[in-house]
Amino acid sequence: MLTTLSSEPVRLLLFLVGLLSFVGLNAAYLVWVERKGAGRFQRRPGPTEVGPAGLLQPIADAAKLMSKQLLVPGGVDGALFRVAPLLMMSPALASLAVIPFGPTLAARNINLGLLMIFAFGSLNVMGIMLGGWASRNKYAIMSSARVVSQNIAYEIPMLLVVVTLVMITGTLNLNEIVLQQAGGFWHWNLFRVWVNPLMPVTFLIFFTCMLAETNRAPFDMAEAESELVAGAFTEYSSMGFGVFFMAEYANIVLGCALGTVLFLGGWQSPFGPLSSVVWFLLKMYLLVFSVVWIRWTFPRTQFYGLLNLSWKLLIPVSLVTLVLASAMMKLL
Amino acid sequence: MKGALIEVLQGAKSLAIGLRITLGQFFKPTVTVRYPYQTLKMPARFRGHIELVRDPETGKAKCFVCKLCEKACPSDCITVDGVKPEGAKRKTVTQYRLDFTKCSLCGSCVEACRDGAIRFSREYNLAGTSKEAFVMELFQRLEAEAGADAGSQPGKDKPISAQPAATGTVVVAGTPATAASPVASQPAPGAAATLERQAK
Repeated sequence: MLTTLSSEPVRLLLFLVGLLSFVGLNAAYLVWVERKGAGRFQRRPGPTEVGPAGLLQPIADAAKLMSKQLLVPGGVDGALFRVAPLLMMSPALASLAVIPFGPTLAARNINLGLLMIFAFGSLNVMGIMLGGWASRNKYAIMSSARVVSQNIAYEIPMLLVVVTLVMITGTLNLNEIVLQQAGGFWHWNLFRVWVNPLMPVTFLIFFTCMLAETNRAPFDMAEAESELVAGAFTEYSSMGFGVFFMAEYANIVLGCALGTVLFLGGWQSPFGPLSSVVWFLLKMYLLVFSVVWIRWTFPRTQFYGLLNLSWKLLIPVSLVTLVLASAMMKLL
Repeated sequence: MKGALIEVLQGAKSLAIGLRITLGQFFKPTVTVRYPYQTLKMPARFRGHIELVRDPETGKAKCFVCKLCEKACPSDCITVDGVKPEGAKRKTVTQYRLDFTKCSLCGSCVEACRDGAIRFSREYNLAGTSKEAFVMELFQRLEAEAGADAGSQPGKDKPISAQPAATGTVVVAGTPATAASPVASQPAPGAAATLERQAK
């Protein structure tokens, strides 16, 4: 029995089911967290009616979305229109396969895990872009154009920051990156200022870019309700819209998980012993909370403000950290 | 260069201040009144539709059918009628009809009333399925309230006040009509009356 369970195909199948349900539950319940959080930030209780503390709200929402008609408007590019939500969802699912949730809990511990995440990560932009393009709707096309220029602008500082980090760690294997951060929170990459004094700034840049890449407020230019109705999602109904929504949360989970692994020590305990998956989830959800917190604090930026922030501030600063890190590695 | 740097640092500082303020709000208690379950007590000067006032001594309506309110009403929504009983000095009211579909809550009737016989109620749960529901017979309402007051025995009125519908009507809380009635010491006569009103 034990040997069958630990055999490779069974293990992968279990991870597949586990990851799919992890993403599904997160997407459903982060909506609840978002609404409850929004309520608390505005000093109201948020959803309360469906189930205790509104806990059954996501199920009611899902039932509502599924019972609606899946409308494909006339004149759209049918194939692209249907495939776009999946294109946004699947990269996040695939990328989670290399995230080490615990010391031995990773579906695939491959050496180029970080590279794989970024290779897939840029695909979710394609999802929004194609969805907007296929919709044959002026708002959706404007949203597509915005998403492309926004993601090009934010991919650069994100990658520069990660290159800095990879130069310091010397590996692209995510589990190894976590292992290097063992022995208390002062060993986390976030606080390794003796390697590179700008490490906390690097984390801030990473987090900002993560917000922009996942199209979260204050950078949600792709879905700017006040200007573009719902941006690329304007023509989507029923679960087409639902999958886009779930994909947004899946990408947030992925971004926060990656931030945890790269900067906050992954599954390492902040005090030395007792490392486990609990620490990973705790840190990840702390970052998710910050995402919600930021969304309900800052208003949406204007588009030129968004691009200015990246090209005039984040890219130069991330270049400085890169140069500084390499100089310090050479000299010390 | 120096100016730009200062601008960036100040911007970052203002973002941090914003985050601190929202987090502060996050941990403060909510201010929502969860309406059907919780209700606010209406302020003393809340202007609901008008209602007749009872004389605390006799328990009857104070109104003596001078019809000043009828004349004062700019939208003709009040109709008062009454009779003069044998040996009495004044008339007593037998019908007081308020057509609330036309009333604009201007309060001229309350101002015109010489004896303080009408006042604003604090009823705000006003929803109906027909237009006729808003032609209110205020005298009959007063009588029904009096009947409910007389009929309510101590200890028998609990189940009514426990219902959410009764708690939903805030007019119950501290309505002077209840306070002035001879059986004011009992807890829920007002609630019973309100329930009856809704049944109507």
